[in-house]
Amino acid sequence: MNNAVPNPTPTDWNGQIMQKRIASRYAAERRFKAMGFMAVALSTLFLAFLLFTMLGQGLRGFQRTEVAVDFDFPALTSGASAASISGANADASLNSMDIPGVVDLAISQQYGDQGATLLTSAAAANVRQMLADNPNLITGKQRLWLPAESRIDIAYKRSGEANAEKTVAALADKEALRTGFNWTFLTGADATDPSAVGIWAAFKGSLMTMAITLLLAFPIGVFAALYLEEYASKNKLTDMIEVSINNLAAVPSIIFGLLGLAVFLTLFGMPRSSALVGGLTLALMTMPVIVIAGRNAVKSVPPSIREAALGIGASPVQVVFHHVLPLALPGILTGTIIGMARALGETAPLLMIGMRAFIPSAPQGFTDAATALPVQIYLWSDEVNQGFVEKTSAAIIILLIFLLGMNALAIYLRNRFETRW
Amino acid sequence: MTGTALLFLVLGLGLVGWIVGRARAAAFVRAAKGGPRGQVNSLPSYHGWFVAVCAVVPAVIFMFIWQSVSPALVTNMVLSAPAASGLPQDGFARAAILSEARSIAMGLQSTAFQTQSEKLVPLYKDALSYYQMLGLAGTLLLLFAGGAFAFTRLKPDFRARNKVERLVMLGLLLASLIAIITTIGIFASLIFESWRFFSMVSPFEFLFGTNWNPKSVITPGADNGYGAIPLFWGTIFIGAIIAMLVAIPLGLMSAIFLTQYASSNVRKWMKPILEILAGVPTVVYGYFAALTVAPAIRDFAVMLGVSNAASDNALAAGIVMGVMIIPLVSSMSDDSIAAVPNAMRDGSLAMGATKSETIKQVLLPAALPGVVGGILLAVSRAIGETMIVVMAAGYTANLSANPFDTITTVTVQIVALLTGDQDFGSPHTLAAFALGLALFVTTFFLNYVALRVVKRYREAYE
Repeated sequence: MNNAVPNPTPTDWNGQIMQKRIASRYAAERRFKAMGFMAVALSTLFLAFLLFTMLGQGLRGFQRTEVAVDFDFPALTSGASAASISGANADASLNSMDIPGVVDLAISQQYGDQGATLLTSAAAANVRQMLADNPNLITGKQRLWLPAESRIDIAYKRSGEANAEKTVAALADKEALRTGFNWTFLTGADATDPSAVGIWAAFKGSLMTMAITLLLAFPIGVFAALYLEEYASKNKLTDMIEVSINNLAAVPSIIFGLLGLAVFLTLFGMPRSSALVGGLTLALMTMPVIVIAGRNAVKSVPPSIREAALGIGASPVQVVFHHVLPLALPGILTGTIIGMARALGETAPLLMIGMRAFIPSAPQGFTDAATALPVQIYLWSDEVNQGFVEKTSAAIIILLIFLLGMNALAIYLRNRFETRW
Repeated sequence: MTGTALLFLVLGLGLVGWIVGRARAAAFVRAAKGGPRGQVNSLPSYHGWFVAVCAVVPAVIFMFIWQSVSPALVTNMVLSAPAASGLPQDGFARAAILSEARSIAMGLQSTAFQTQSEKLVPLYKDALSYYQMLGLAGTLLLLFAGGAFAFTRLKPDFRARNKVERLVMLGLLLASLIAIITTIGIFASLIFESWRFFSMVSPFEFLFGTNWNPKSVITPGADNGYGAIPLFWGTIFIGAIIAMLVAIPLGLMSAIFLTQYASSNVRKWMKPILEILAGVPTVVYGYFAALTVAPAIRDFAVMLGVSNAASDNALAAGIVMGVMIIPLVSSMSDDSIAAVPNAMRDGSLAMGATKSETIKQVLLPAALPGVVGGILLAVSRAIGETMIVVMAAGYTANLSANPFDTITTVTVQIVALLTGDQDFGSPHTLAAFALGLALFVTTFFLNYVALRVVKRYREAYE
């Protein structure tokens, strides 16, 4: 026995080979841990980079460059009085005043022939609004700050075309340029001129679409969840419903758009690109999410509650609607908010049903042509004009604020109201 | 009166019905007071609900049917009038005139572009108001008839609760059936439109052709440019290869780090951050990919010496899509690693294995089915993703494995085919449905397999 073959694996813990072996195993351990850390760090960095890029570009979209224009109103409007543009027929008299002509005249008197190219297309509307708000302006000489045209805007904020840069330098010398908050962006609608666009129309379209989606998906989703969890007997039909719901939850969203196009638009002849059809399509997409979240919430209500209610004589429907549903509601609401956030950010199905039209004013009803915030982002991202870049990012900031807000609300609700039995 | 106003009127009257029914039942209860207990079968509010449901439900159903039927009736009435006899026989011109007259009559349009439609406006106005009145009368009649019927049924021993509960159960069942109806609707519409497409273009060309350059006029027997192989390849290349090369390592390693190494404090902060990645809308990812990532990759490729790198390259779309998928892979891996019994992990650690050896040789093999299921779900999510590829990948079909090339996908082409101003029956529109069918079948299959794998694996440890 004393001439045994040396053991191929060392067992002497203090031996050099063993120490080396242990060191290399520990090194592998450290490498693996570092790889894991790198993975998390990379994902976080990507997110930070994305948000930072959007913020960096988008914040400029909330600002606009304004040009000082001197209006000699008595001369320009042949002496219209403050009284004539206030009171009951203010609108009519403002309409008869040819304000675009007045603005053109004023600016070409001040800046020469190229003056008319300095202002955005919405400038005349701005002047009209100022006069309507404060009729006394019309009695004297005024210096008004009007939004600049997109190329000037870009050149003033960062660097733009050579021509525009030259104009900006000249204007800046005269102190005729300043930066102001772009209210039009929050209150306006789509336009061909990037300095005159706003997101209110798209936002309203999104709100109307979401209203229809919530109105349909929430009751249907909750009812389906209650039926499947509480009443459904185990049979073929129930199996089919379950398979359908699981499948619908994973179907690509663009397929729902195709369904909306084929069924709602072509078969039922509903109005194209309306908030109604958009809401219906997104409701079909959101419903399975609510059903799945709802079933989990209902499942987590302990059976003792049902038995206690049944024991004091409640009917099965009363058990569910008086006891199980209120207790499951926080969970259901969390799932609903997450589903609605997903629907709010959804673009592809809305493109399919034609919500990509140019919408120059906010929709007034559910059957009017409308667009939605994410679709507006997509449309602006396709524009060649450089001025749309910051507007797209600014719209993205607003969309992200809403989505993150909704998700935060869902997490808050979950932590605040979730009961663990 | 608009549909919305009518709906509110009906609901308001339903509320009145509820109050009346409840008051009636409350009177029963008062009358029964002093008598033997239990004379009134149901609580007063159930009587109220019974009246309200009997009044509102038939009226609302009638309203919706009327909404969909009345346009055709209106058109018929207009056409039967003598003034409409001079209309052109050609279907298209006729429809244009009719729709113009209709929108003027409804106040959507102020001036007529066609002289003939102006004549029809008063006819349309008459017909519209006639049928609207008819619809209103029918709705209200049904409402009051239903309400009155229900009201006469109310008696102290009427089993209102049982009736109402049966209706509630019916409502719950109908709500769950909507999921089946939607699935059937998706399947039927895709199959039907694809059938129409394949009656024009041979399925053989579609499935095996390598030339994608869709023509709007179909010549039977010739190559019409509907070979979808480049699209299928592009979808697989971007969604299942590039995106997964990003998402699988990052997602899996994130899950391992967060569950096995990170302190609970780090985990508490990092998990929501990863979830934010999943909550960012795809249009934002698309914009980011097109505006920031794609130009950077093109410059990088040019630096490497790839001179023909496209600005809408496949790599940018794939990488950004992979980042979008990270949270999905991570949370699925997280679940399946957590499901491995602790005894296995403890056993391995007790034998002297380091943490990473335990993870690599015990936990991951045990969790593999769940991880694979998660990856299959991620692939299905990636190939169905639309906005990132629409905005960042190209529109030219290209059978190429060069990640710096422009490559198109199925979803991009669906969007491209449907955004022109084509008529619904055109081969372009129908081809989009055929592509949609291919996508639907593939994702359905992937999801089915993934869920089966995950489920069977869960059972193995429970």
